[in-house]
Amino acid sequence: MSPLRHALARAWRDPRGRAGALILAAVTLGAMIGPHLLPDPLAQPCVLTCRDLGPSLEHPFGTDDLSRDVLARVATGGRISLGVALLAVALSVTLGAVTGLVAGYLGGAVDTMLMRLVDAALAIPRLFLLLLVLAVWEQVPVLVLVLLIGATGWFGTGRLVRGEVLRLREEAYVRAAEALGASRRRIIFRHLLPNTAGPLLVAATLGVGDVILLEAGLSFLGLGVQPPTPSWGGMILDAKAVLVAAPWAGIFPGLAIVITVLAANLFGDALRDAVDPRGA
Amino acid sequence: MTRWLVRRTVQAAVTFAIAVVLMFVLMRLAPGDPLSRLQESRPMSPQEMAHLRALYQLDQPIHRQFAKFVRGVFTADLGTSIEHGLPVTTLIASRLPATLLLGGAAILLNFTLGLWLGVRQAVRRGSHVDRALTVLSLAGYATPSFWLGLVLAWLVGIRLGWLPVAGMRDPLLPPDAPWPARMVDVAAHLVLPALTLSIVTIAGTMRYQRNALLEVLRLPFIGTARAKGLPERAVVWRHAWRNALFPVITLFGLWLPLLVTGSVFVEMVFAWPGLGSLAASAASSRDYPLVMGAALLAAGLVVTASLLTDLAYALLDPRVRYS
Repeated sequence: MSPLRHALARAWRDPRGRAGALILAAVTLGAMIGPHLLPDPLAQPCVLTCRDLGPSLEHPFGTDDLSRDVLARVATGGRISLGVALLAVALSVTLGAVTGLVAGYLGGAVDTMLMRLVDAALAIPRLFLLLLVLAVWEQVPVLVLVLLIGATGWFGTGRLVRGEVLRLREEAYVRAAEALGASRRRIIFRHLLPNTAGPLLVAATLGVGDVILLEAGLSFLGLGVQPPTPSWGGMILDAKAVLVAAPWAGIFPGLAIVITVLAANLFGDALRDAVDPRGA
Repeated sequence: MTRWLVRRTVQAAVTFAIAVVLMFVLMRLAPGDPLSRLQESRPMSPQEMAHLRALYQLDQPIHRQFAKFVRGVFTADLGTSIEHGLPVTTLIASRLPATLLLGGAAILLNFTLGLWLGVRQAVRRGSHVDRALTVLSLAGYATPSFWLGLVLAWLVGIRLGWLPVAGMRDPLLPPDAPWPARMVDVAAHLVLPALTLSIVTIAGTMRYQRNALLEVLRLPFIGTARAKGLPERAVVWRHAWRNALFPVITLFGLWLPLLVTGSVFVEMVFAWPGLGSLAASAASSRDYPLVMGAALLAAGLVVTASLLTDLAYALLDPRVRYS
């Protein structure tokens, strides 16, 4: 069994890991299937009579100020939020892995330069990195948002992978591969990368939670996913204006965020302990 | 020691300098120039646009703009806010006290509550209380601060009517009211934002304190203290806790970015007249000199906090080697 599968199996045996994984699976399933079963999230069936309706059998999460079904919007918004998070994290983990491997294995000036850049980038809170770009950009398409969030999230992962590589570089099997004349590329991709897979997976899982919160925050500021496309953060922004008349319009998308991010973090915690039992 | 001090300080300065360059690059990453967004809210004639561009020196070549920007960082001249028409540094200075008050209150609440709960968890390691507190604190970390703020404002402020939900002062309270009345007024306004900010950031404090105390409780001198027949409370608080406070210091540097980010949302939700709400409204209204000023301040704070954390750690812990 590969170390990674071993770690996943251990995380599954941990109650936190199992709860997190099951909740994440349920949320993903709901976001994938929900929009097909539920009413159109943009539909306004009856403009005057079904505004701000409380939760009922017909509208389990109620309706919002524009008489749209909140449950349908939470499901469709979940699709957007999860999609953005997964793509952005995939991008930042890849960037972090490549940077960390290159910096750690090559060392020298390349390493110094990259790590100085990482230090500086980590000094600016990620929200502000994104505000700097988004404050001057025209309406940002979702794909550009994904690219920007992904491109501002790899610094920590890069430093983490570099540390792992510095440690692994001294291991006997890497020395042996070097002595046998293996190419740099072979050493990096065949020997170093698979052995950093565990920490990378942990970083990715915890990163999903962070990105969901970040995207929700940006959408809440009106700089993220643009209406009428539903997103969890954007729904809370809309609900802010009708807090007293229709609190459910804001409470349910927020609960969706809490549950999803908590599940991702629980799973990530269990995975971290499984990858590195010393830290438990 | 002195050499290490100098080197660590120089390192912090270099980090900040690279961060400044990075911010300038990011701001110019977006297509078009920073003023093009303004057209959306208000149509402008080409002459008006040209005047504004000249005012913000956007008609100059990029290296000139960069040179002016760097000079501005050194001379605390960060340009004029587009929305407010006032110098960015003036605006920031006027909003600083409110943010310091809120941030200070949140830190105080976070640390007293977080350290105490972390100790409770470590002492009863593996119990239901320990597990429940871990999940609860993680739930706090998973909660968007703006949502928690809105829910608290709705529940405590509007439904129950216990506390004010917006601003820092009651506008109906005369400014010449006796100072105890004014203090109570500000304190009442402070409760909900400070509570929100500490709930979403408490997980880290609790986890750090729990793990640090567990490390110390394993050491032989704790066994000695117990063998002497000391009551468990004295063992935990007088012997163990004092030694488990060190690692928590490092937390401050890690934790500050969370606080800075959180205050943007919390201040916005509660209309708290601080830097966070200033940054939030600047970003929404595309006021780029002001966004830049806020980002510079945030980066400066983070670099300084991490430097101070390292220094404090080096001064307090004799085991740290200066290399």
